[in-house]
Amino acid sequence: MEQLLKVEELKVGFQTEGGFLCAVDGVSFEVGKKERFGIIGESGCGKSVTALSILRLIQEPPGKIFHGKIFFDGKNLLELDKEGIRKIRGKRISMIFQEPVASLNPVFTVGSQIAEVYRVHEKLSRHEAWERALEMIKLVRIPDPKQRAKEYPHQLSGGMCQRIMIAMALALKPELLIADEPTTALDVTIQAQILELINDLIDRLGMSMILITHDLGVIAETVERVMVMYTGLTMELAATEEIFDRPLHPYTKGLMEAMPGRGLETRAGRKQKLYTIPGLVPSPLDLPPGCPFQERCPLVKPHCRAAMPPLEEKAPNHWVRCFEVKKT
Amino acid sequence: MSELKSLSFSRMVARRFKKDRIALICFFMILALFLIAIFAPLLAGNKPVLLRYQDKMYFPAVFKYRQFVSTDFKQLAAGLKPPDYALLPPVPYSPTEYNLLAVLSPPSHEHWLGTDDRGRDVLARMVWGSRVSLSVGFVAVGIYVLIGIILGALAGYYAGWLDVSLSRLIEIMICFPTFFLIITIIAFLPPSIYNIMIAIGLTGWTGVARLIRGEFLKIRQSAYVEAEKALGAKDLRIIFRHILPNALAPTLVVATFGVADAILIESALSFLGFGVPPPTASWGDILSQSRSYIDFAWWLASFPGAAIFITVTIYNLVGEGIRDAIDPRLKEI
Repeated sequence: MEQLLKVEELKVGFQTEGGFLCAVDGVSFEVGKKERFGIIGESGCGKSVTALSILRLIQEPPGKIFHGKIFFDGKNLLELDKEGIRKIRGKRISMIFQEPVASLNPVFTVGSQIAEVYRVHEKLSRHEAWERALEMIKLVRIPDPKQRAKEYPHQLSGGMCQRIMIAMALALKPELLIADEPTTALDVTIQAQILELINDLIDRLGMSMILITHDLGVIAETVERVMVMYTGLTMELAATEEIFDRPLHPYTKGLMEAMPGRGLETRAGRKQKLYTIPGLVPSPLDLPPGCPFQERCPLVKPHCRAAMPPLEEKAPNHWVRCFEVKKT
Repeated sequence: MSELKSLSFSRMVARRFKKDRIALICFFMILALFLIAIFAPLLAGNKPVLLRYQDKMYFPAVFKYRQFVSTDFKQLAAGLKPPDYALLPPVPYSPTEYNLLAVLSPPSHEHWLGTDDRGRDVLARMVWGSRVSLSVGFVAVGIYVLIGIILGALAGYYAGWLDVSLSRLIEIMICFPTFFLIITIIAFLPPSIYNIMIAIGLTGWTGVARLIRGEFLKIRQSAYVEAEKALGAKDLRIIFRHILPNALAPTLVVATFGVADAILIESALSFLGFGVPPPTASWGDILSQSRSYIDFAWWLASFPGAAIFITVTIYNLVGEGIRDAIDPRLKEI
C-alpha cells in the first residue's frame, strides 16, 4: 500500500505542576493511502495527544513535541513553519472532535462556519462560499440544507452538529481525516449513523482516516488496522481482524474480555459479572520501572518489573510489547 | 419550547432587558438626552428655526446664510410683518449670549432656569452642555474600549511572556490615581474637548483589558477555537472573528458604567477649570461658576448638578440592566 502518513518515534510531553509528564512515549505507525487506521486506549493513554501532534495543535507551553518525525506525503510536519502547517490544516489533513456542539462557534450560523473554510483557504467570495457550504450540508445528509444553514449550533442536536463538523472537515476534500472520538458524545443510535456517514464519505472521496476511540465496537466496524495504546506506549499493533481473532498482549485480551457483547458470547448462557481489568492505570507522573502494565497483568514475571519490553513482531505484521508473548 | 430555544443570544438578552422596567425607562431617557444633544440648535439659540422673509424660507438655526451674517434675528423677528414670520427655538437664547442687564437673575418666565454671572441663560447652556457630556462619555469610552480590547485580546490569546508584560503594565496603570493622571495629561495638552476625550481614553482602558483578557484565557481553551485552528484559520481571524464576539458581552456592561464615569470626570475637570475652554458650555463649567454665588444663586448649582446626577444614574441603571440580562445564571427566558 502506498504510504500517506508516517509517524516515527513520536514523543510528546507536558510540563505540569507535578513535574514533566511524557504523554506519548515513542509511538510509531504508518497510514497508507485510503487506509483506515484506529488508535484505541483508555482515557489519558495519549491517543488524543498523538492525533493533535500530527496537526501540531499541542499547546506550547505547557506541551512540547520533543522527539520524533511525522512525515506526511514525504514532508516532515514537525519541521514546517507556522504558515506551512496552517496551510495543511483543514486543507490536506482535517480533524473532527469529540464534542460537536462545543466545537462550533456559538455566535455564528452553522452555514457561515462551513463557508468560512472556503473563505480562509480558497478565498472564495461570500456568495460562492455559501453555495459550496450548502452543497456540503447536503452531502452530510442533513435534510432541508437551506433552512439548517441559517441556524445556530445550539438549535441543532448533537448528531446534527457532528454532521456539520464533518462537513467542515471534508469541505476541502483533504487526504487525511483525523476523527478524535467522533461518536463518544452521541446517542448510540446516532453513533451508528455518524460512523456510517464517515465511512461512506471517506470511501467516496478516497481519503485516509485515523479513528481514535475507546470503543472496541467502533474499531471493529470501521478500521483496517489498529494500534492499542497504554500510558503513551504502543502495546499492540496489527490488522483489525487479527487483533480481534487473536489478541496477544494481556492488556488487549483484557479489553476484549471487558467488551459486553463479546464477553457474553464466550461465556454463552452463563450469567456473570462483566469482566474488568483489575487495578488502575498508573499515574503518568509515577510510572513504575519496566512494563507499565505490570501491576494489572496476569502474566507478570520478575523481569517485567526490571526492564521495559520492546515492541516486537511476534507474528507476521503483528507487533506486541510483551516479554511473555511467544513468537509464532 | 422550540420557539424559545430558537432565540439567539442577543435576542434573548434584549428580551430579558425589556422585562427590566427601570432599565428600560432609563434607556429611553438616554435616548431622550441624545435627542436633546443632537437637536440642541433647534432647542436653544437666538436664531430662528424657521424664517420666512421676503417670500423665501430660511433655516438660520441650522444653516448659515450670507445675507444674515451680521443680522440680529431678534430685532428682525420683532420687525417682521405678515406673511413673513420667524419661529424661534423654545429657549430663545444662545449659550454664549451676554445680557449684562439680567445678571444672576433667578428662574423666571423669561429665563426658566435663571441666568449666570454674565446674564447667559442657564437652560440654554445646559442644553448645549449635554453635547459635551455625551460626546466626552462616548468617545472617551470608545477609545479605551478599543485599546482595552486589543491589549486584552493579545494578552489573553497569546498568554506567555506577552501576557505577563501586559498584565504588569495594566497593574502599573491601575496604581496611578486616574484623576490626577488625567489632570497631568491635560496640563501638557492644549485645552480642548478632544484632548479631554483622549486623556480619559488613555487612562481608562485597564478595566476593559483585564476583562477581555480573562474572557480570552477562558475561550481560547474551548473546543471551537481548537476546531478553528484545526481548520487552518490565522491567529488574527481566530482572535477578532471567533473569540471576540463571544467575549464582548461583559465589556458592554463595563462600557456603560464607563460612560457615566467619563461624564463625571469631564464635569469634575470643568469644575476645576481644566475642562472645555470657555465660552463652550458644559455642565461642570456652570457648576464651577456657581461656587462664587452659592449664597443666593441656588439655581446655578442645583440644575446642572441635578443633570449630572440624573445622567450618571440612568447610565448606571442601564448598565446594571444589561448586566442582569446577560447573566447566564438568570436563564428563565
